[in-house]
Amino acid sequence: MSEKIYGLMAEFNSPGEVLQAAEKIRAAGFRHWDVFSPFPIHGIDKVMGYKNSLVGWFSLAMGGGAFLSGFALIWFSNAFDYPLIVGGKPMFSLPMTFVPSYILMIMGGAIGALVGMFAMNQLPRLHHPLLNKARFALASRDKFIIVIGSNDPQFGLVDTKKWLENLGGGHVEVVEGEI
Amino acid sequence: MAESAINLADLKKLAPPAELRRPPVVEGDTTLGGLTDKLSAFAEGKIPRWWWALFLPAAFCATVIFPICLFYQVFTGVGVWGNNHPAMWGLDIVNFIWWVGVAHAGTLISALLFLTRQHWRTTIGRMAEAMTVFSVMMAGLYPAIHVGRAWFDWFMFPVPNSNALWPQFRSPLMWDVFAVNTYMVVSMLFWFMGMIPDFAILRDRSKTRVRKFIFSFLAMGWTGSARQWHHYEKAYLVLCGLCTLLVFTVSSIVGLDFCTAQIAGWHATIFPLYFVIGAVFCGFGMVLVLLIPLRKWCGLEKIITMSHIDKVAKLALVSGLIIAYIYLMEFFIAWYSGDPYERWVFGHRLFGHTYPILGWILIGINVGVTQLLWFKKIRQNLLALFIIGLLINIGMWSERFVIVVGSLYQDFLPSNWGKYMPTIWDIGLYIGTLGTFFMLYLLFVKFLPMIAISEVKGAVPQGDPHHPLGGAQKGDHS
Repeated sequence: MSEKIYGLMAEFNSPGEVLQAAEKIRAAGFRHWDVFSPFPIHGIDKVMGYKNSLVGWFSLAMGGGAFLSGFALIWFSNAFDYPLIVGGKPMFSLPMTFVPSYILMIMGGAIGALVGMFAMNQLPRLHHPLLNKARFALASRDKFIIVIGSNDPQFGLVDTKKWLENLGGGHVEVVEGEI
Repeated sequence: MAESAINLADLKKLAPPAELRRPPVVEGDTTLGGLTDKLSAFAEGKIPRWWWALFLPAAFCATVIFPICLFYQVFTGVGVWGNNHPAMWGLDIVNFIWWVGVAHAGTLISALLFLTRQHWRTTIGRMAEAMTVFSVMMAGLYPAIHVGRAWFDWFMFPVPNSNALWPQFRSPLMWDVFAVNTYMVVSMLFWFMGMIPDFAILRDRSKTRVRKFIFSFLAMGWTGSARQWHHYEKAYLVLCGLCTLLVFTVSSIVGLDFCTAQIAGWHATIFPLYFVIGAVFCGFGMVLVLLIPLRKWCGLEKIITMSHIDKVAKLALVSGLIIAYIYLMEFFIAWYSGDPYERWVFGHRLFGHTYPILGWILIGINVGVTQLLWFKKIRQNLLALFIIGLLINIGMWSERFVIVVGSLYQDFLPSNWGKYMPTIWDIGLYIGTLGTFFMLYLLFVKFLPMIAISEVKGAVPQGDPHHPLGGAQKGDHS
C-alpha cells in the first residue's frame, strides 16, 4: 500500500539555526514549506515573507459592525419602537448611545480577532498529517521543525532530503498523508 | 561626525553596570526542554496534599454554603439581606465592586504589560488572567440576584418581547450590564486563546489516552507553524489592546452608576477614575495573595522570581499612592464645595457614629500600610507581602462599604435616615463566592497550564534567535 506523501520534515535545535536555514530555503526558491516552533520566532515573518496578518481586519469589521449595531439597536428600541422620554431629553442622541455601542465594539472586536485567528489558521481541525509523526511532538518542546511540502515544484524525495541534511537538519523524515 | 558615530557604537557595546542590568526573566535552568518539563510538571503530577487541604473547604463553600444562600435569597426575596430603605444597596453591591476590582489587575498585568513589552509578565500573566475570569464570574452574579426577581433578568437585555419592553439606554446601570458581560466574554476568550499553544504542549506530552483526547480537543489541532503563530500573535495583540480598553471602561462605568446619582459623597466627577485605580490596587493585593503561596507550593520559585514579586509590589504601591491622592482630593473637594451635605457625609466617614471603624481601616490600610512597600526589605519579605496583600483586599472592601453604605444610610432628610447591617445571608453569600472563586482557581492551577509555557520559552535567551544561546552566529546581532 503506497501512502501519499505530505512532505519532508527536518529538525533544528535552536531558533537561530532554524532562522538561518529558513533564509536559505527561501533563497533556494521553495514555495510550499513551513517552520514549526514551540513559540513565535522573532524575525521569522520576514523570512517567510508574510505580510501583515488579516486578523486585524476581521477584528475591525466585527468591532465596527458591533458598534454600528449598537447605535441601531438603541435608536430602534428607545426612539422608534417604543419612544421613551427620560428627563425631557431627545429621544435619540449620540452621548446616550456611545457607551453601550463602545462596549459592544470591544466585544465584537475581540470575537472578531478570535474568529479571524481560527479562520486564517484553519482551526479547529481534527487532524494533521504531522501529528502522526512521533518526533513532531518535540516541536512543542525544544525542537524547530521545517517541513517542505510534496506539492512544491522543486520537491524531490531524494534530492530535497539530501539538501535538508546538508542544511544541518537532523532526523530528516518522510511525512505520509494528504496535502 | 564620523568620529562621534564610532564612539556611540562603542558605547552601545559596553555592558551596563550591574545595578542597572535587567534581572533575567527566569532563573535557573532556562533550556527550552528543561523549561517545558518544569512548567508542565504540576499539571501532570500527582495532586499534592496542600491542594486537597485547600480544595475541600473551598468546594464545601462553593457547593453547600453558596447554593443555600443563593436559593434562599432567590426564593424568599432581597429582604433576607440587610438591604432596606434607605440603604437599598448593601453587601451585594459592595461585593460586586470588590470582585470587579479583583479582576482588573489580572487584565492589567496580562494586557497592558504585554503592550508595554514587559517580558516578566509572561510568568505571571496566565495566573492573573485566570483570576480575572473567575472573579468576573463572581461579580456578574451579584447584580443578577440583587435585582430581586432573578427570573426577570432577561429584562436587562434587549430581547424582543410582546410587551415591547426595551432596556433604557440612558442609565449607567444598563451600561453596566453590557460592560460586565463583555468583560466576562472577552477575558474568557483572551484566556482561552492564550492557552491553545500550551494545550498543544500538554497534548504532545500526554501519556494516557484520556489526557491525549482532552488536550487534543482543547488544542484544536494547533501545530505551531510559522503561519499559525503569525496570525496568533496578531490576534493576541488585538485582544490585548481591547482588554486594555476594558480595564479603563468597566470600572469607569461602575463608577458612573454612583456619580450620576445625587447623593452626597457619590455625585463627583472623580468617580470613574477612582474606581479604576481602586480596582487595580485591590487586584494587585489579590495577585500577591495568590502568587506568593502558589510559587512556593508548586515549586516555581525560579520562574516567578523575587524580581517579579518586587515589581507587582511596586505596582501596588503606585496604585496605592494614586488612591491616597484621590482620598485627599475627595475630602478637600467636600470641604471646598461648601456643600453642608457633602461635608457632613465625609466628616461622618471618619467621625460618624455607625461605621467610622471602616473609615479608619480604609485610611489605615490603603494610605498607611501601603507605604511599607517603599522599603526594599519589605518587598523582599514574602510573609510581609502576603499579609499586605490580604490587608489591601480588606482595605478596599471597606472602602466600597464606606462609599456604598456610608452615603446611603443618612442622606438629605434626617427623617429618611436608617442603618444597614449585613445579615447572615449577606455574609454567607460572600463566603460562598469566595469559596467558588478559590475552588475554580485551584482546579485551574492543577489541571490547566497555569504558566504560559510557550510565552516563557520565547522570553528566555535560548528562545531569542539573535542571542548566542539561541543559536545566533557571530555577527548576527541585531
